[in-house]
Amino acid sequence: MIEIIATGPLSSIQDLGRPGLAGLGVGRSGAADVGALALANRLVGNDRDAAGIEITFGGLKVRLLTAATIACAGARAPLLTDGRTQDWAAALSLPAGSLVELGQPPTGLRSYLAVRGGIAVTAVLGSRATDTLSGLGPPALLPGMRLPVGPEPSGDPAQDPSAGSLAATGAAARSVRVSVGPRLDWFVAGSWQRLLGQRWTVQADSDRIGIRLKGGSLIRARLDELPSEPTLPGSVQVPPSGQPVVLGPDAPVTGGYPVLAVVAPADLEILAQQRPGAEIGFISSMSYLQEYD
Amino acid sequence: MTVPTRPLRLPFRLLPYGERAVLLELPAAPMVTALREELLARAEPGITGVVAGARTLLIELDPAQLPAAQLSAVLSAAALAAVAASGRSDSDEVELRVRYDGADLASVAEQLGVSVDTVVERHTSADYVVQFCGFSPGFGYLTGLHPSLRLPRLSSPRPAVPAGSVAIADEFTGVYPRRSPGGWLLLGTTSAVLFDPERNPPALLRPGTRVRFRAT
Repeated sequence: MIEIIATGPLSSIQDLGRPGLAGLGVGRSGAADVGALALANRLVGNDRDAAGIEITFGGLKVRLLTAATIACAGARAPLLTDGRTQDWAAALSLPAGSLVELGQPPTGLRSYLAVRGGIAVTAVLGSRATDTLSGLGPPALLPGMRLPVGPEPSGDPAQDPSAGSLAATGAAARSVRVSVGPRLDWFVAGSWQRLLGQRWTVQADSDRIGIRLKGGSLIRARLDELPSEPTLPGSVQVPPSGQPVVLGPDAPVTGGYPVLAVVAPADLEILAQQRPGAEIGFISSMSYLQEYD
Repeated sequence: MTVPTRPLRLPFRLLPYGERAVLLELPAAPMVTALREELLARAEPGITGVVAGARTLLIELDPAQLPAAQLSAVLSAAALAAVAASGRSDSDEVELRVRYDGADLASVAEQLGVSVDTVVERHTSADYVVQFCGFSPGFGYLTGLHPSLRLPRLSSPRPAVPAGSVAIADEFTGVYPRRSPGGWLLLGTTSAVLFDPERNPPALLRPGTRVRFRAT
């Protein structure tokens, strides 16, 4: 059992989410930086789909009510147990009563805490992820909550000397790959080059639903309404303002704004680590259909 | 740079959607439903998801199992079978009992220049099909709405629409599964539970489900 003492701006339970239910209107949700959660899970010997805590911009403080093995990955933040500095991206075996504190990460945005056995709150539709848009899954963490820990997994905690460097990749990168989306023809000529040819600033109202970007406007050639169409995390939607929004894990599964580009799935974790004010760029990559050309 | 599109023998447009998906644009809503059902029934290796929109199907793909060079043939075969199977309806049917007491019922009647009873009669006399789900878990977009009821949504959405609200907007009707913001015109309320994660399946209305509304 883990007791939450402080959460920072937003801490929530996340796993790999609810893929495959978009037909029912249920979004994928799950960890914004899947690679970082997977690393934290691997370090404590969990399966890849075990639930951990996603911490947005640090500030998590928890007390272990029972002895536990934990590991942190993702945006590297000062990590203290009972006031002692600990290694990032390493398995730590801690006695009952230990106080675990994460400070603010100097770069990056989202850190992950995995505990051996996984956070064992009740799964909803096969996942323990908090969907901040639909309300499915457990509520966001609040001080005073107590989280159960699951049974010992069969895997051993990993000794991985490369883990420390892996943990910081998303936070360091400033470019993500995109391929052409379905509605490029809804924009004036040159819009693809305009998307690629400038830096975009991550806005403060970005969240798990979408990353809002600011830059030179993308101009629509068609102003009629697009019948709602399915979307994916990574869809780059352009509302009438001309300022793009990259859909995140908790985005709605359909949308009526034209999608100009789609972020490569492997680069979603880079976006997940961009904090407000960060400047990012897009690099052209091949879509599934273009691979064939 | 132009959007790569691929000519098919059928009236489709195949649009790019990133590294692991394509968007198929179809000329009519019933074709979206029919092709979606056909693709799901076929369980084609390499097709990892099929999600419907109003006029589109998002097809999620595993390029290692289904290279793009083979996609057109797979989709064409499914589309031909879907056309052949059209009219065969073995999908679920749901009747929703509705209390027609919605906040916008009177203004809808006024906009159309008809009585409230006529609005209710038009809404209850149609056979609907769930075209796709979106907005929130279990929110189905139902097609089949009487053409005269096609009205634009509110210019400014309500901050809170009660759960079970039966509403219309544009070519669709639908039911709000839970209390949420919403811009559709409210005709009434149903006590049916539209979405329950503990239930299997969790959504009462799923793509392809046929729906009728009955006034109580």
